[in-house]
Amino acid sequence: MNLKNVWTITTKDFGLFRKKKSILYTAFILPLFLSIGLPLILWYVINNKNLPVQHIFPLFDAFSFFFVILASIIPTFIASYSFVGEKTEKTLEPLLATPTSDDEILLGKSLAAFLPVIIMIFISALIFMVLMDIFTTAKVGYIYFPNWFFVTMILLDSPLGCIMSIELSVIISSRVNDVRSAQQLAVLTIIPFFVIYLLTEISVITLDINALLLIAGIIAIIDLGLFFASRAIFQREEILTKWK
Amino acid sequence: MIKIENLTKKYGNLTAVDNLSLQIEEGEVFGLLGPNGAGKTTTIRVLCCLISKTSGNVMLNNLSIDDKKNRIEIRKIIGLLPENVGLYESLSAYKNLDFYAKLYQCTESQRKERIEYYLKMFDLWDKKDVAAGTFSKGMKQKLALARVLVHDPKILFLDEPTANLDPEATKMVRDYILELKKEERTIFLNTHMLDEAERICDRVGILKTQLLEIGSPEKLRESLLGKKSVVEVDAITDNILKSIKSLGFEQISVDNNKMIIGVNDPRKDNPAIIQAIQDAGGLVQSISELLPSLEDIYLKKVRRIE
Repeated sequence: MNLKNVWTITTKDFGLFRKKKSILYTAFILPLFLSIGLPLILWYVINNKNLPVQHIFPLFDAFSFFFVILASIIPTFIASYSFVGEKTEKTLEPLLATPTSDDEILLGKSLAAFLPVIIMIFISALIFMVLMDIFTTAKVGYIYFPNWFFVTMILLDSPLGCIMSIELSVIISSRVNDVRSAQQLAVLTIIPFFVIYLLTEISVITLDINALLLIAGIIAIIDLGLFFASRAIFQREEILTKWK
Repeated sequence: MIKIENLTKKYGNLTAVDNLSLQIEEGEVFGLLGPNGAGKTTTIRVLCCLISKTSGNVMLNNLSIDDKKNRIEIRKIIGLLPENVGLYESLSAYKNLDFYAKLYQCTESQRKERIEYYLKMFDLWDKKDVAAGTFSKGMKQKLALARVLVHDPKILFLDEPTANLDPEATKMVRDYILELKKEERTIFLNTHMLDEAERICDRVGILKTQLLEIGSPEKLRESLLGKKSVVEVDAITDNILKSIKSLGFEQISVDNNKMIIGVNDPRKDNPAIIQAIQDAGGLVQSISELLPSLEDIYLKKVRRIE
């Protein structure tokens, strides 16, 4: 595999994304909004509702889980544009005629969706941690963030969720003809994460490090399956003759 | 050089290309003519290693497309202009070319030099930083041609390069292709525009799933329609017709005061025909060789298969 080709494709996609305001807003504004908004909500609740300390800890974990959901939803917008955009602009055929392998193109385009999202998730998580500590340390009596639970969520579950959403977008992109449809279908990726979130909220399951590792294991297996499926779909002949 | 032997491509039960064999020499401009759905694009896609073949052998510059390792090598020496130009509309003309030049492993200095050369050649240098999406169809086609050339390919595959262009842009693109012909690149041109093939190509093939005919436009005319002379006289009488037939010319069709006569060699036969008409009391107003267009040949062959 020629990594130079991979990076050329990735940077070309970055150039395209820069011109798409909807992608910029989704990829950058949404994580920043949550990283500042969630601590502010907690700060408001602590100061105005006199929330007992034991009720704050579950909120820490529930809010933290939003980053996994975010890491799974944002790539769908970028990856769908990346793959379906090439289809609608009819740019795939000349690209496929270059001396690049299918895997290089697939990896290049996947990285273009993965890197900005994961970097933004890391930056947002950092802002979130700092603000949460500033707003809550006085109330809970110690610095809550960083902790292994949050680190596992950000460094393990979020990237795996992000990969899953990109791979699913590749598969969906082969079957639809417009970016919006691809995005709408790919958003379904978040359903399992949302179910986990709801089950946590109604105390059916408890989110701890063990649960996060289990979730990560399950996502990794799904990622592996989707990897082979997306690789099978992203073949020159498939793209030119079977992609709608 | 492109060598195709018994190439067949099937999509399920549908045969897109059937038993195609042809050879294209280095520096030759070859035109593949055919109606929509004749298998022209499929042929180009197989040759560019974009889709697999069902059977047959294909060699480009002595590299077989069967060998997976060769496919990357083949793609390095070819340039494909698909029917849809496929430019990144939000990227500038320069960035479009730079992206492709990088994928072809051109060095930075090669990229700068060639991009400037081709953008100037196609009169797009002034617009190098303008998004390709704002270009007219003709400008986009020129930019796409520049993209095809930026890695200096030996073989060019042009799929309907003037389709959907206005007459002015069509002429402009054709003129550029003729310029490329001077550079002695091998050009494989798919078109259904017969005058384009006639003007540009050294040889043409007529494809309708199967290769119906192949040769230079001149040879095709001779082989398919034979040589004919058009004679205009003041008035056609039975005596004139008898007199011409007595020379052994049996293929005569009459249209008002014009006769189209099947001949073997117009240079030798035309003086005898003039003499025969004069002997029969007729007055020859003009005599010329009938040159059927490529369109006539194409329609004759394609309709025959239908």
